[in-house]
Amino acid sequence: MATFQTLAQAIADNVHDGDSIAMEGFTHLIPYAAGHEIIRQGCRDLTVIRMTPDVIYDQLIGMGCVRTMVFSWGGNPGVGSLPRFRDAVEEGWPHAIELEEHSHAGMAARYVAGASGLPFGVLRGYVGTELPDHTATIATIECPFTGEQLTAVPALRPDVSIIHAQQADRDGNVGLWGIQGVQKEAVLSASRSIVTVEEIVDTLDPRCTVRLPSWVVTSIAHVPRGAHPSYAHDYYVRDNEFYKAWDAISRDRDTFTAWIKAHVLDTTDFAEHLRMIDNELVASR
Amino acid sequence: MTATVDSGVEATTDEIMTIVAARELRDGVVCFVGIGMPSTAANLAKKLQAPNAVLVYESGTIGAKPTKPPLSIGDGELAETADAVVSVPEIFAYWLQAGRVDVGFLGAAQVDKYGNINTTVVGDYDHPKVRLPGAGGAPEIAASAKQTFIMLRQNARAFVDQLDFRTSVGNYKGGNSRASLGMTGAGPTVIITDIGVMRPDPVTGEFVLTALHPGRTVEEAIAATGWALKVSPEVMSTEPPTATELQLLRALQAGA
Repeated sequence: MATFQTLAQAIADNVHDGDSIAMEGFTHLIPYAAGHEIIRQGCRDLTVIRMTPDVIYDQLIGMGCVRTMVFSWGGNPGVGSLPRFRDAVEEGWPHAIELEEHSHAGMAARYVAGASGLPFGVLRGYVGTELPDHTATIATIECPFTGEQLTAVPALRPDVSIIHAQQADRDGNVGLWGIQGVQKEAVLSASRSIVTVEEIVDTLDPRCTVRLPSWVVTSIAHVPRGAHPSYAHDYYVRDNEFYKAWDAISRDRDTFTAWIKAHVLDTTDFAEHLRMIDNELVASR
Repeated sequence: MTATVDSGVEATTDEIMTIVAARELRDGVVCFVGIGMPSTAANLAKKLQAPNAVLVYESGTIGAKPTKPPLSIGDGELAETADAVVSVPEIFAYWLQAGRVDVGFLGAAQVDKYGNINTTVVGDYDHPKVRLPGAGGAPEIAASAKQTFIMLRQNARAFVDQLDFRTSVGNYKGGNSRASLGMTGAGPTVIITDIGVMRPDPVTGEFVLTALHPGRTVEEAIAATGWALKVSPEVMSTEPPTATELQLLRALQAGA
């Protein structure tokens, strides 16, 4: 059964230096509050797994939490690049990181295999691309029935997966709706899981199209607006202005470091962080 | 660079590019769209000749009908207006890989004469000069969509003789080399740039300049291409944007 905890306790109990962690949410429901807590707790040497690293992993990389990133698209959607990711790869700041690079279809197949308890997933993919020359976890396999050449990718099995959802009920069952990404597969492929939720309810909303029963979830933390600047469908919209503003914050090492210090390290929790963001928004008008 | 349209207003090069791309989509087409200009072009097509075009976004929204161009591939409005919202594994496996997508719309950082594209690195992979976002959905869109359209502003740094990295396969090494890889889709059938339009030679698979946008010249197109660009013996002139096209495009973008 899932345990209800503060986010700080959930991260302390479940995320350890050297772990592999998957934080999923495809543009929607990205678990930003959990990312901040990992930064606050100073986790190191993480293998971070995510289809679209987004600003959440730009922050972790810039703060030196990451040793290896497993991913398929590392940009700021609709805006451009992830400056901290680029600086780590191009200049080795704050230290070099290893990349294990796939396509979206390949990452999705890896999560499905992990959730299914299979050693690998199969797809028609990567053929003719240069990705197999640089990524060891892509191999050719022959279909035993037709002889067709296909591509195999090994299952993802994160030590811990972290997602954000709209709701949990009081028994710890989790529900979410809207764009559902690979959150179900991420949770079911991991040894442990943390879910942050917008609200805790008596009965899950009928709109919940994805439900994770309490007994597959390790820990639940109540963190309203915990996906900001991403969004939670029917709760709040994506903060596109923040995503646009991130480029300037992240582009310069000192500006980035000062921003994280003020907004993450010097705040006690995500609620305080959000108050700060809201006040800055009011002040800028 | 701008072009005057019949109402006397000037269209920007990006507007011309988007309008020309929108014209390529026939009604009823199932179109897998990336964010940015391809998404805008597909949404414009729905307001013009292709009201029944089905827009599929890799976030799992099938049949999305956004009222304004979304900033991200997963903006909430895509899910609110979709016929179906499915998981990411499902969108790539059941819908794309299974052959249910007619047109994949791709952008790129670099493209070569066979329509192969690079979105991974500029420079060496292990020590890149510029680390680009990476593959995303593109390799399998390029492989499995029945055909792909490429949209890219034309200059010699983007239209290169040799890609720094082949992220997604077009006509591969030319001739029948793409088919020999076992790909189910036909590959790229058009490259739309801010200067003109290129289409592949049916035998060699090499992209050839086939149309120029208003005010553009063959010399400009050649200068903005890093390979020895072949020019069709009958280069067409792109029909200038109509006042209606321009008005609808601007109304779409004003909503953003």
